[in-house]
Amino acid sequence: MKARRSRSGFVSFPAFMQIFQQLVNGLALGSIYALIALGYTMVYGVLRLINFAHGDVYMLGAYAGLFASGWFGVNHVLESGGAPSFYSVVLVFLAAMIICALVGVLIERFAYRPLRSSPRLAALITAIGISMLLEFGGQAIFSPDPRQFPTLVPRMSVIDTATFDVSLVQVIIIGVAFFLMISLQLIVSKTKIGRAMRAVAQDRTAASLMGINTDAIISFTFALGSALAAAGGVLSSIYTPKIDPLIGLMVGLKAFVAAVLGGIGSIPGAVLGGLLMGFAETATVAGGKSEYRDAIAFAILIGVLLLRPAGLLGKNTAEKV
Amino acid sequence: MNQTKQSWKLWASACAVAGVLMVGGCKNQGGTTGNSATGTDAKGEITLGLFTSMTGGTASFGKSTDSGIKMAIAEANAKGGVLGRQIRVQLEDNGGKPDQAVTAVQKLISSDNVVAVLGDVASSNSLAAAPICQSAKVPMLSPSSTNPKVTQVGDYIFRTCFIDPFQGTVCARFAQQTLKAKTAAVFIDNKSDYSRGLAKYFIEEFSKTGKIVATDYYSAGDNDFRAQLTNIKPKNPDVLFIPGYYTEVGAIALQARELKMNQPLLGGDGWDSPKLTEIGKDAVQGAYFSTHYSSESTDPRVKKFVADFKKQNNGETPDALCAIAYDAANLMLSAIKKAGVADADEASRKKIRDALAATKDFPGVTGNITLDKDRNAIKPAVMVQVKGSDFKYVTTVKP
Repeated sequence: MKARRSRSGFVSFPAFMQIFQQLVNGLALGSIYALIALGYTMVYGVLRLINFAHGDVYMLGAYAGLFASGWFGVNHVLESGGAPSFYSVVLVFLAAMIICALVGVLIERFAYRPLRSSPRLAALITAIGISMLLEFGGQAIFSPDPRQFPTLVPRMSVIDTATFDVSLVQVIIIGVAFFLMISLQLIVSKTKIGRAMRAVAQDRTAASLMGINTDAIISFTFALGSALAAAGGVLSSIYTPKIDPLIGLMVGLKAFVAAVLGGIGSIPGAVLGGLLMGFAETATVAGGKSEYRDAIAFAILIGVLLLRPAGLLGKNTAEKV
Repeated sequence: MNQTKQSWKLWASACAVAGVLMVGGCKNQGGTTGNSATGTDAKGEITLGLFTSMTGGTASFGKSTDSGIKMAIAEANAKGGVLGRQIRVQLEDNGGKPDQAVTAVQKLISSDNVVAVLGDVASSNSLAAAPICQSAKVPMLSPSSTNPKVTQVGDYIFRTCFIDPFQGTVCARFAQQTLKAKTAAVFIDNKSDYSRGLAKYFIEEFSKTGKIVATDYYSAGDNDFRAQLTNIKPKNPDVLFIPGYYTEVGAIALQARELKMNQPLLGGDGWDSPKLTEIGKDAVQGAYFSTHYSSESTDPRVKKFVADFKKQNNGETPDALCAIAYDAANLMLSAIKKAGVADADEASRKKIRDALAATKDFPGVTGNITLDKDRNAIKPAVMVQVKGSDFKYVTTVKP
């Protein structure tokens, strides 16, 4: 997209609006990446483990939302031409988040906890194994064919001009994502359990010596991260309604890059990283190179690891041996 | 004490993994009868291979193709089969992926010893499989791959449908003459040979008297097209041509309408699927696309086919891919009959190949099929419009 310059040298109004439109697109996409990146960063903070299965929890969140819509009668309402009520949509979100929180806790309990004292590589390989289990298990159980996610949010515009269009879905994604991120930040910084999480992240042994039940805190961390990923899954499925068991693969990898970009272990870093990834991807596609939309994520990963491995907001801490 | 406990756990998990693998492996074997060197088993059956996408983003193509072929084979078997032998079709799913298409075809040829191969719908899959069939000298008949490169692979590769230079021209002329479009935008699936080819021919024809104001790309499997659509929107094309497959097209239509892009949408036979209206809902209503046949045709052959199909398939109307697969299967059977032999050896397959190459005026449901010297079918295209969950016939365009 080339910005057209008028004779006075300023960027023309329609071109400016187009850039703004792409910014909104990027913000919506980035908010979803941020939600998932938070899960990666929190688990790394408390366990020093990259939970590669996290992207697939996002996928399970989408499917949980799909099934929850069935349970709460949302599909029924949609089929008869109506729009689902606000409360039923909230219920769908909550159901998906609770289900995925449980899944996250179960994964931690049965796959990662037994390997707590094993070399870190073992847990990493297990994480990849769980990821594949969820993906191919999902294909076996949910069928590999893409499925339609119900239109939980009516397709209308909030700002509607000839050159600029912000849809209600985009506003809701950005709003819900930021609400959840601020809630998380409040939990982590202002509550007792949040303080316990920070303690475990700082030094697990010392935290347990202080009387903190580290197992419970780690489970809680997984539950929180997975709930956020589920919310991301539902939001993303409202935005782009086609879901299949492999959607977690690419999105999970991009959110992982986002967490690394922002500084793995840093919560504000995950948010920043997610938003930057969203902008980068949208800019790549808008610039006419849509075949590179996935490649840009990995180019960013390589760049970060080469130039600033601690990430943008991460601290360059040396590991004390 | 700890060590014996650990080794017990190790053995237990090793046995569990082995058990799962054995059960999983056994399940996948389903459908293959014993190997034999002659493409038949003890009952003297003729085995044909079918590779198509039963799962994935183009799954409805595979399902339609399979049901069309099944009906043709059932009808033939009811009449006593071909050359006095019953026919069996070995189906391999390629999940819509070219690399799996290669594996599927290799299995059909070397392990199932098929006489000939039917497939696929998506040109990328056919292009991947064709070299294998050509070098093994196994006739391959694609029901609906329209990219011209497929039959260029070799003289054992055939198709029962028109090719994209024709389809692209049909779409371009329809856009200019019927939709009165002076400008067009083209949104291409970069991962699909079919999409890139069809787009190229559309652009060639349209540019002769019109202007292509925007060309943008997406990849099959993408979910979000807003960035590209945001680029296309300000150029205000009179028509948006999307030569892709139904799964993405549906989502593109939805997002385009969301962005308040209201120009008519136009596409090719990759749209032909019941899932198009499921995915695209209101956004695809009124859109047009070119395809191989319309179930509304008043031709008595078509009416009989539609009626028979509905009876056998719970009232389901056969779509264009069903119909053309039905024709492909029947064409293959008639070639086998003409060849007089149906064994999985080189001499037999050569005779079948020659019979296929000589196809002239074969009476198909999708029209009279004549294969030209490039082994492509010379047939008219049909333009349809999306109305409700049906595709309503608009016009026929002859080559």
